[in-house]
Amino acid sequence: MSDTHARIIPCLDVDAGRVVKGVNFVELRDAGDPVEMASFYNEQGADELVFLDITASSDKRRSVVELAHKTSEKLFIPFTMGGGINDLETARLILKEGADKVAINTAAVERKDLISEIASEFGSQCVVVAIDAKEVDTKEIGAEGSTKKYEVVTHGGRTPSGLDAVEWARQAQDLGAGEILLTSMDRDGTKDGYELELTSQVAGALSIPVIASGGAGNLSHLVEAVQAGATAVLVASLFHFGEFSVAEAKKYMLEQGISVRG
Amino acid sequence: MKPFVAVLDYGIGNLRSAQKALLLSGAEAELTDDPKVISQADGVVLPGVGHFGKCMKAVEKLKPVIAKVIEAQKPFLGICVGMQMLYKSSKEAPDVSGLNILEGEISLLDTKSDDTKKEMSSRALKLPQIQWNQITVRASHYLLEGLDKSWMYFVHSYVPPIDENCIAVSSYGKEFCAVVAKGSVVATQFHPEKSGEDGLKLIGNFVKNL
Repeated sequence: MSDTHARIIPCLDVDAGRVVKGVNFVELRDAGDPVEMASFYNEQGADELVFLDITASSDKRRSVVELAHKTSEKLFIPFTMGGGINDLETARLILKEGADKVAINTAAVERKDLISEIASEFGSQCVVVAIDAKEVDTKEIGAEGSTKKYEVVTHGGRTPSGLDAVEWARQAQDLGAGEILLTSMDRDGTKDGYELELTSQVAGALSIPVIASGGAGNLSHLVEAVQAGATAVLVASLFHFGEFSVAEAKKYMLEQGISVRG
Repeated sequence: MKPFVAVLDYGIGNLRSAQKALLLSGAEAELTDDPKVISQADGVVLPGVGHFGKCMKAVEKLKPVIAKVIEAQKPFLGICVGMQMLYKSSKEAPDVSGLNILEGEISLLDTKSDDTKKEMSSRALKLPQIQWNQITVRASHYLLEGLDKSWMYFVHSYVPPIDENCIAVSSYGKEFCAVVAKGSVVATQFHPEKSGEDGLKLIGNFVKNL
């Protein structure tokens, strides 16, 4: 048996205390209470959970801390909180309330030291650097046929950063990130499958685990992402609307020769 | 009366889950750094995450009370870096002494497999190991009752040695020690408080023995 066991991680986007899932981050649909959904996925065999808080208000810090508190009352598997975490103090509060990891995205791009600050205070294991990446249109510059390039975008996919995704991931690792949560903005919400080239480029360049995200539309997409080098897959819509259960996903992955927790 | 467990609170990471898991297992549990409270407890839990050197530094002022409760043979559970700190030293911080309750040194996970078939199927293993992994019980012990081949959640890059005190192993490239027991002291490299039903069962086994 292999010594790596792929993790299946349902992702819950939370807005003002309710789970929502956007299609390309714009169109939102209500899918339930976060703690209830977390327990539901736990029972199905989810290996971890990720909460991305997209609340856009001044109450943001309170809402993520409260969610961490409520979740750790009921859930005894690891969970990550992300969404707008931009300082050490918020990370401290979230971890103290029972979250295992914090995911930082835009704030890490804007101030790279935030990664090392959280890592040196609480350890690399709790720092997930979330990277939203978008394919760069290389055709325009006459580079058709060459290796694809990806640019890091921030602010929920709205702002191009000018950073190369592979370079930024490597830098994040050097600064103390324990994991990379890698989302393809081109695939997110499309159900066309994970961006395998992106996954493979980033996973191949790093020694820390990479979680593939964005685009899962069927169970074979999960298998492909692991084969491309991801050690975990993030899944949202595929599970939220009951198309497949986590247990079905695991059974399928096992049949395809990918070791998962039984 | 419910047994009382002191969860040592020395300013490191997530202690709330350990406390919640103990409460759910039928114990009273309090996060504390008060030596008086700790020495009166029926059992003591030493959690730990992050860097060995940093944790040792943070736990410094609790060293005397830890030595005291261990000498009094109170059931004592170390978790993750809380396990590693029980050893003499760690390669993660060679200049820092551990609690020296267990012989031996903590070393970096050796991910180069001896088994070529395994190597081919798993390509280069990532560090830290962040995943659920299966444990194999080597010696029967109250803590591990009903838990052979169970899945536990690991987050670590360093591991304790496999020696006569090691009661369960797991494998990541090579086998490593996942659970250790010596007298009243037990410790796990994984996080039982984050390992779902089986993790809660382990914590329940600890509580039942108090």
